[in-house]
Amino acid sequence: MTDLAPHVITNPRLGSWVSVAGSGDGALVEVRVGKAELGQGIATTLAQLAADALALSLDRIRMVAPHTGLGPDQGLTAGSLSVLQTGPALAHVGGVVRALAGPTSPVEEYVARIAALDPALDLTTVAPLAPGGAVAVGRSEPRLDLPDKVLGRPRFLADLRPEGLLHGRVLRPPSVGAVLRAVPDGWTLRDGLSLASSGIEAKVMLVRDGSFVGVVGEREADVDRALEQLRADAEWDELDLLPDPDDLPRWLRSGAHEEVPVLEEDGAPGPGPGVVEASYSRPFLAHASIAPSAGLAVWTDGGVHVSSHSQGIHGLRDAIAATLDLDPVTVVVEHVENAGCYGHNAADDAAFDAVLLARAVPGRPVLLRWTRPDELTWGPLAPAMTATLRARLDGGRITGWSHDVWSTGHSARPGYAGHPGLLAGAHLAEPFPLPPSTDPPPAAGGGTTRNAVPAYDVGPRRVVGHRKTDSPLRTSAMRALGAHLNVFAIESFMDELAESAGVDPVAFRLDHLTDPRARHVVAEAARLAGWDDEPPEDTGRGVAYARYKDRGAHCAIVADVEVTDAVVVRRLVVVADVGRVVNPDGARNQLEGGATQATSWTLKERMGFDARRLLGTDWEAYPVLRFSEAPEVTVHLVDSDAPSTGAGEAAQGPTSAAIANAVQRALGVRVRDLPLTHDAVVRAIDAIGG
Amino acid sequence: MTGFEVNGTRVEVGGDPDTPLLTVLRDDLGLVGTRFGCGQGLCGACNVVLDGAVVPSCQTPVWQAEGRSVTTVEGLSADGTPHPVQSAILDRQAAQCGFCISGIVVRAAALLDEEPTADAARVAEALDGNLCRCGAHRRIVDAVLAAREPTA
Repeated sequence: MTDLAPHVITNPRLGSWVSVAGSGDGALVEVRVGKAELGQGIATTLAQLAADALALSLDRIRMVAPHTGLGPDQGLTAGSLSVLQTGPALAHVGGVVRALAGPTSPVEEYVARIAALDPALDLTTVAPLAPGGAVAVGRSEPRLDLPDKVLGRPRFLADLRPEGLLHGRVLRPPSVGAVLRAVPDGWTLRDGLSLASSGIEAKVMLVRDGSFVGVVGEREADVDRALEQLRADAEWDELDLLPDPDDLPRWLRSGAHEEVPVLEEDGAPGPGPGVVEASYSRPFLAHASIAPSAGLAVWTDGGVHVSSHSQGIHGLRDAIAATLDLDPVTVVVEHVENAGCYGHNAADDAAFDAVLLARAVPGRPVLLRWTRPDELTWGPLAPAMTATLRARLDGGRITGWSHDVWSTGHSARPGYAGHPGLLAGAHLAEPFPLPPSTDPPPAAGGGTTRNAVPAYDVGPRRVVGHRKTDSPLRTSAMRALGAHLNVFAIESFMDELAESAGVDPVAFRLDHLTDPRARHVVAEAARLAGWDDEPPEDTGRGVAYARYKDRGAHCAIVADVEVTDAVVVRRLVVVADVGRVVNPDGARNQLEGGATQATSWTLKERMGFDARRLLGTDWEAYPVLRFSEAPEVTVHLVDSDAPSTGAGEAAQGPTSAAIANAVQRALGVRVRDLPLTHDAVVRAIDAIGG
Repeated sequence: MTGFEVNGTRVEVGGDPDTPLLTVLRDDLGLVGTRFGCGQGLCGACNVVLDGAVVPSCQTPVWQAEGRSVTTVEGLSADGTPHPVQSAILDRQAAQCGFCISGIVVRAAALLDEEPTADAARVAEALDGNLCRCGAHRRIVDAVLAAREPTA
């Protein structure tokens, strides 16, 4: 059989995907995918695809959470690939189910026949029926998960309250590389708290392995107080390992690197006369999810059961097993929702913390929650990056292009570079090191070099990444990965070149774009934003475009930015071509959210640190966009029959560049280093004046 | 023991009176709709109404609630009918991950009680103590505006 969906080939068992719960009128078809609800609404979108594939109404479908023991292994929920990878798989599963259990009406009898199918059936051995019509697909179905969240019902991981629950906290080191010297001899808790050396009869139990220290107890209030006492009394040996936060571009270009060659075409420009050159940068960023990470684990003789909000439960399972020398079959991980996930955050680390604490109290479930300061500073950071771009201009045309980008690695996910990669593993008495972060492979879009190749017709090109391999800070994937800085750089540079050429920025882009879908979104964004009209007073208008990962969504954005005391983004007009749209409102919500979050990155965000410690430990030290600062965002989706792409990572790079381009047009000042704070704008003005 | 009213029901809880109200709500009273976001009173995810004032329950020791009345997100739909702010948020799909939304619902409902004709700028200003990381800000503001009483 040809053209089988790859995720059906790797997960051929029918029962991994579909089962039936209940009977008769109330019977529901349960669909278990390997893609997790991360706050992006994917469970609803995939339910729509499943409903049409199975020829059932949406209310006959119940989506159940990813589970390493029961459901398919679809790798990570990442890279805007969930619809692309799961759509064909569900189409095949549904086609097989209809072939074997049809006719599809009356529905009760159809569902009963589905219930009677052999869960062990090999899906690759049955020819599926051709897809039926789109009934659920293409509609703005409301999110299945939102009623619980809006009405305040239990839904999130930290809301789980299994019988016998214990609460856990971990004392993280105060800085990178710190080693626990001592919890002083005879250390005891104070103020009515008592410490148990074993068992949990006393209020709080201390769990220690090397520099990993945690507390477990019956009452959350007690473990919180115990953690504070432990923090006050623990002594650490600390090191000054961190670079100068005010000179990250130079630090990124120094030290050890691994080269990531992308393109090397004859005649691409190097530095020299007649070559336009500019450099851009962004600082380290935090994921800054609204919930601290959490994990729930129960350790029993038979193995360990883990509830986690990980993006990749199978990789997490294997990493836990590798770190503790367990048979992976004895480690079960199921996904439970937590607050919004924008990449490789602390979810996996928190799950492993829960396992380490649960191991000390066998048979009792332990709910581990990180603190807010740890969430901001101990979760993997998004890499700092810098890029230098060069181009030759001949009249109004670009006739050669080069792009060098320096970054720390964009992947430290569990299993990266052959290492489990779980944070607490590095703190154990027999530690598992956390080697330098890597990048996803080029086939997955790369990391440092993601979107480093311009979409434009620019003559001979040279594109090279330089991944820094000696960073003390752990960095990993955050939304759009390297595409954020690379697109910011390319699209800022396009405006600089347009200005040099004396050509309007929209016209200049259209002059260098041949792909009709690209040209359409740029022209449409300009039209809808009134590009040719005079913007309001004190307001600059900027444009930017990118196609995410060179093969995903096309997205053009026009930003209206008012610059007075501060940079205020008034409006973003987003035009996106995401192929066939499964859930229009869901896609719009993802693009709005992506653009708004990127506005926060662009205007406000920067992880601060001194030589030793990260300083962005709360929402005052790591500020994010607030309601009165959020721009109006209008999203227009292009009608398209092209294959569906993701929408959640298309807007970040174009948003940052469109804002910077608008600032330039408002003030006549080019700010090339993010974030575009008041101080950064003043510095850029001073640089011109001086 | 500390005695107070939660969503119209009288409750008594033991334990340390300095325990945050948030912990008591979630662990002792099973009201997990009030979320823990930061524990520092800076994100608004744990907002509740205490005798008419919106407070972060993570920074409110339970002794402060003694003899007073607390309304949580669950209390806004206690009669089975969602509060107009909740209905409007669902109608407009004005959330992404939804972790921040309990505290936003509580804050916005209190705002519309006090200022039934609040405009967009006022709603946004009132929500500046609530953080949303997914970028649903403008949808949320629009939903709160839609939840206002229709004007004559």
